Amino acid sequence: MLVAAVIAALSWLLPRRVVDALAFVTAAAVAVMCAVLMSATSTGRVVEWLGGWRPHQGLAIGISFTVDQIGAGAALLVSIRMCAVLAFSPAYFQEEFEHRHSILLLVFLAAMTGFALTGDLFDMFVFFELMSVTAYALTGSRIREPGPLQGAINFGLINSLGSFALLVGIALVYGRTGALNLAQIGHAFAGHAADGLVVVAFTLIVAGFLVKAGVVPFHFWLADAYAVVPIPVGVLFAAVFGELGLYAVARVYWASFDGALGAAQPGLRSVLLGFGALTAVVGCLMCFLQQHVKRLLAFSTVSHIGLFLVGIALFTPNALGGTAVYVAGHAMAKGALFLLVGVIVYRLGSVDEEELRGRGRGLRVTAVLFAVGGVVLAELPPFATFAGKAMIEDDGVRMGFWWMPLLFAATSAVVGASILRVAGRVFLGWGPREPDRFGADVAGEVEVDDEVEHPPHRRTPVLLLIPVAALLAGSLALGLAPGLSAKAAGAGAAFEDRQGYQAAVLQGRDTPPPTVRPEPTSASAVAYGLASGVTAVGLAALALFRRRVVPAGLRRRAASMFEPAVIRFRALQSGHVGDYAAWFAFGAAALGGLFALAVK
Amino acid sequence: MSHVAYWLTVWLFAVGLYGVVTSRNYVHMIMCLSVVQSSTYVLILEVGYRHGSTAPIFLDVPVGTPAVDPVVQSLVLTDVVVGVVVGALLLSLALQAHKRTGTLDPHDLRTLVG
Repeated sequence: MLVAAVIAALSWLLPRRVVDALAFVTAAAVAVMCAVLMSATSTGRVVEWLGGWRPHQGLAIGISFTVDQIGAGAALLVSIRMCAVLAFSPAYFQEEFEHRHSILLLVFLAAMTGFALTGDLFDMFVFFELMSVTAYALTGSRIREPGPLQGAINFGLINSLGSFALLVGIALVYGRTGALNLAQIGHAFAGHAADGLVVVAFTLIVAGFLVKAGVVPFHFWLADAYAVVPIPVGVLFAAVFGELGLYAVARVYWASFDGALGAAQPGLRSVLLGFGALTAVVGCLMCFLQQHVKRLLAFSTVSHIGLFLVGIALFTPNALGGTAVYVAGHAMAKGALFLLVGVIVYRLGSVDEEELRGRGRGLRVTAVLFAVGGVVLAELPPFATFAGKAMIEDDGVRMGFWWMPLLFAATSAVVGASILRVAGRVFLGWGPREPDRFGADVAGEVEVDDEVEHPPHRRTPVLLLIPVAALLAGSLALGLAPGLSAKAAGAGAAFEDRQGYQAAVLQGRDTPPPTVRPEPTSASAVAYGLASGVTAVGLAALALFRRRVVPAGLRRRAASMFEPAVIRFRALQSGHVGDYAAWFAFGAAALGGLFALAVK
Repeated sequence: MSHVAYWLTVWLFAVGLYGVVTSRNYVHMIMCLSVVQSSTYVLILEVGYRHGSTAPIFLDVPVGTPAVDPVVQSLVLTDVVVGVVVGALLLSLALQAHKRTGTLDPHDLRTLVG
């Protein structure tokens, strides 16, 4: 943040290269600091009181940063991604890369790390707003075209509604407990049964964060915004931004509301599982229907967000640790894919699957990396996405949710298939031409060719591919890391240990984190992972070669059966911000009603 | 204590949300958003209000005078700042949209559907 200010002040003095280098070094330094912080938190929590306002006799007045492993991990992930983006941006943007872009990115980084590390509810809101506003600005940074403008306005309006809901929730909590520190709130709530006010406050806070995360039915803004952001910014949004929203839900629940709502946990679990599963299914279907590649990736993010929500909603240490691993693996793969789309745009000047058909034949390295990214998202072992989801679904099966492995395998297979389909069509020229696919013309889909200002380049600079390869290798390395699941489960247990959190913050006492028995990855999880990878390849092949494989009569019957439903389904994504606001109201009301039923 | 302020909060939030849902003009819509935000000001101030007390400035009043909660006032101040930033940014985007396309109707500005 400080460096951002310095750059802002000196931008007219410094040549571009210096600014780029300075920004990269800053992000790298933040990454190193986060790594140090993460290793420091492996034994306990780190609590830092800003301005030295320590709690007096167990009463917190000052603002604290309370860091445990998952928080530090989130911050580390954010800063690693930022390094990749800052390494990628200068080569990508060439002449039009401006100082203010680096400045906004650094402010964004500061807000996100602050959000991940803070231990104060209102502080969370402030960082939340800071990163949102920076994000609106980054989305709309190419103000010459209507597409980005529309995306940014939708994004801004819906997210502002979400943050006002959040703020009302915070005000209600403050009115009840007189505290803003998460641990202090948890202390005040502990032992009291949940009443109406607590439920309303929790609903509003969760709704606010879920808007950010892009959970159905709050997800509409996400696709509109992601489709129009400049690629490097999309990298940051697609796999960090939403996850921070979910992180906040988990943090607020475990640090504060667990005391009051703990008794209603089974009910809350089913509500959140329902929202998560719905999100995963809607996301993967919309993903499969897209032909705008950036939008396709946006909907795949929605689908994965749903799966993460499922992982958090199980409320067990193993599943939470698994979610953290899953998020990390997914973030790397999705980031790599977004950067590869950047490479495609750089070379070919389009993001439309049909337009690009077969034009990517020369891009061999890009093609291989793109396909690998798709496979990672399909949760093929041994990538980190698989390691994470195995932990989640094994816990789910143990708790009696037999459908969970199916959900994970099916949704991620569809997402992986969409990406492989794009790869097959763009890089190999497979499949028939079908410009009017899936009722796209009826739904009035007008794809903006929003990157035309780049004339296609002759060759790909190595600097564009290095971050991509590094991210994918990171995903593989994380999946193969020994003892990963035990460590993740331990981190999950520490995250969910409300008493330990309170003791560390309010009394400055470090309690040993509770021990969990790590569960070995079950054979069925491996089988499901393999099956999902194979299904992804099969589905992609089916999408590309269905004229050859499926008889024409069957195809026509299937089309007449599903086409109206598909068109109606796509029409929900109307692009009209008022509709999104109505969905927001509906979603918040549904969430509140279901929570109230769960608590009663 | 009366509940008027709480009902006012609910009313402002609901009416602002209704405005955002139905509006056909971006500037109008952003104003509705700030109506929603006003509801948060009212609520936060109400939460920290004590009947018959003064502002939390302790220079010229006797020790022990009841005062309203200073924390909520700083919260509202932060909230106002946030509102100004968001409003300014959104209005500038709306202005750009009008410059580029000549319309402020969200319905005409749609470029991405489905």
